[in-house]
Amino acid sequence: MTSVAALMVWPVILPLLGAVLALLVGRPGVRLVAGVASVATLMASSMLAWEVAHQGVLHQSIGGWGAPLGIEWRADGLAALMLLTIALVGPLISVHALDHFGDREDREFLPLWLFVWCALNALVLSADAFNLYVTLELTTLAAVALIAVRRDLPGLDAGLRYLLFALPGSLCYLLGIALLYGAHATLDVGTLAQRVQPGPVTWVAAGLVTVGLCLKTPLFPLHVWLPPTYTGAPTPVTALLSALISKGSFYVLLRLWLEVFAPVMDAQVGQLLGVLGAAAVLWGSALALNQTQLKRVVAYSSVAQIGYMFLVFPMATSGARAGAIYLVVSHAAAKASMFVAVGNIHQAVGITALGGVQGLAHRMPFTFLAMALGGISLIGIPPSGGFIAKWLLLNEAIGTRQWWWGLVLLVGSLMAAAYVFRILRGSFLPLPPGVTVRSIPLGNELAPLALALIALVLGLVPWFPLDLLAIGASR
Amino acid sequence: MNPWALYALSGVALFSVGLVGLFSHQHVVKRILASNITGSGVLLVLVALARRMSSGPPDPVPHALVLTGIVVSVSSTALGVALARRMARLQAEATHLPEHEPRSDGEGP
Repeated sequence: MTSVAALMVWPVILPLLGAVLALLVGRPGVRLVAGVASVATLMASSMLAWEVAHQGVLHQSIGGWGAPLGIEWRADGLAALMLLTIALVGPLISVHALDHFGDREDREFLPLWLFVWCALNALVLSADAFNLYVTLELTTLAAVALIAVRRDLPGLDAGLRYLLFALPGSLCYLLGIALLYGAHATLDVGTLAQRVQPGPVTWVAAGLVTVGLCLKTPLFPLHVWLPPTYTGAPTPVTALLSALISKGSFYVLLRLWLEVFAPVMDAQVGQLLGVLGAAAVLWGSALALNQTQLKRVVAYSSVAQIGYMFLVFPMATSGARAGAIYLVVSHAAAKASMFVAVGNIHQAVGITALGGVQGLAHRMPFTFLAMALGGISLIGIPPSGGFIAKWLLLNEAIGTRQWWWGLVLLVGSLMAAAYVFRILRGSFLPLPPGVTVRSIPLGNELAPLALALIALVLGLVPWFPLDLLAIGASR
Repeated sequence: MNPWALYALSGVALFSVGLVGLFSHQHVVKRILASNITGSGVLLVLVALARRMSSGPPDPVPHALVLTGIVVSVSSTALGVALARRMARLQAEATHLPEHEPRSDGEGP
């Protein structure tokens, strides 16, 4: 048991080692070190997922100190699936980043990304409420440095904006956890789940935790920082933020709600989160339709897609849980692919306006194929991961007799189709005179395609991820 | 009123003051300071909870959490101030020294 569970430390230690080494070796070896660390972490994550799939939930006490005194790590199916998602999506984004940045940013981007990877993996595996706070903060700090990696004004502004919204978010979370500890004298998520009782302390704590994590994710109407931050950050960093980093805080919220708060909370609170999610879907999609900058269209689409994930809370069934997690995973692949494609387009024509895509479909076929496949997953057309996710959520909406969430799903899909087709339509128009298209390295064209293919494969073979995420589900 | 409750309530008050400051100011440094005050409020609540937990010696766990919290708070404040400083320098260069050669590596002196 211990030797298998000890596998859990590798997905955290390997990127950390890689990051430190990459910082030390500097320019000549940074790509080699980061590459080796990425492959090693992918292998460690796959091995852990394999063990979870065959042996069930694994537990590991850090330093031999178990709960309730020490820090407990736990790998269940959901954690394993998140590890795999990060290990597949993240390195593909960083491959794209290699040609996006200059030499100096390259030297800093790769170690910082490895730090983010380490923090996210620790967050995914942690089963201790305070440890979750620390990993949330580690993720934020590394993410802020990544956003500002170019050290230009837009990047610095975006980084500070993100920091100053993420900080109060995690402090609200920490105050909530402090209240829970004061009432129940434990930080272990499993023990908390057994001890919480309905009452004012639990409600205030749950409220603080929820608001804090919604601010970080972000959920409408706390999303005001998202569009300027996503637009100001370098495009590969935006892809990481939207695909992976924002999922970290949602993952914590999902865990704590389904395992700790849901049994002791009023059903109305779940409904409220669902209403805010639905508002996010409609508001985000409407604004995505109104944008004139290509990157902002994709950024507002993230506001909408996060909204769907919150529909899990009013339904709170295992099917809805599977649907929300499936959306987390497929959105990670699809949205990463779209942001990376946006980065390619900016690099090729240097135009940030939506009209900049005109005539590019023939010049950058792989980029636009990726954009189309990613878009299919965002809309939820089969076969795609997005379709499976929305199908599961739709089934639960009908199964729990809450048909209005189904309506939100359908209207949101129509609006997504409108903003995706707005991009694609432009790309088939003739190239405007006077625009020169710089050629893009083949690796940069293939990275978004590989990401989009992950979203496609998620729609073709949903059994493996669905079986995996059912392991260790509380109900 | 118990002393620990007084401390806990002061912590909540600090937390609230910090949050109001964080969202009502535009100036970056004021907002960084406000987030610091918010954090101190949370840590004060944790310190107070340590006394409430037991009748004997204070519970050491919240104290360990406070130490960790201070480390996190110092790091995030330092990062925020570093970003704000660089931003101020870039803005000053952009407005006052238009003929200034942009540093290709972006490194400060």
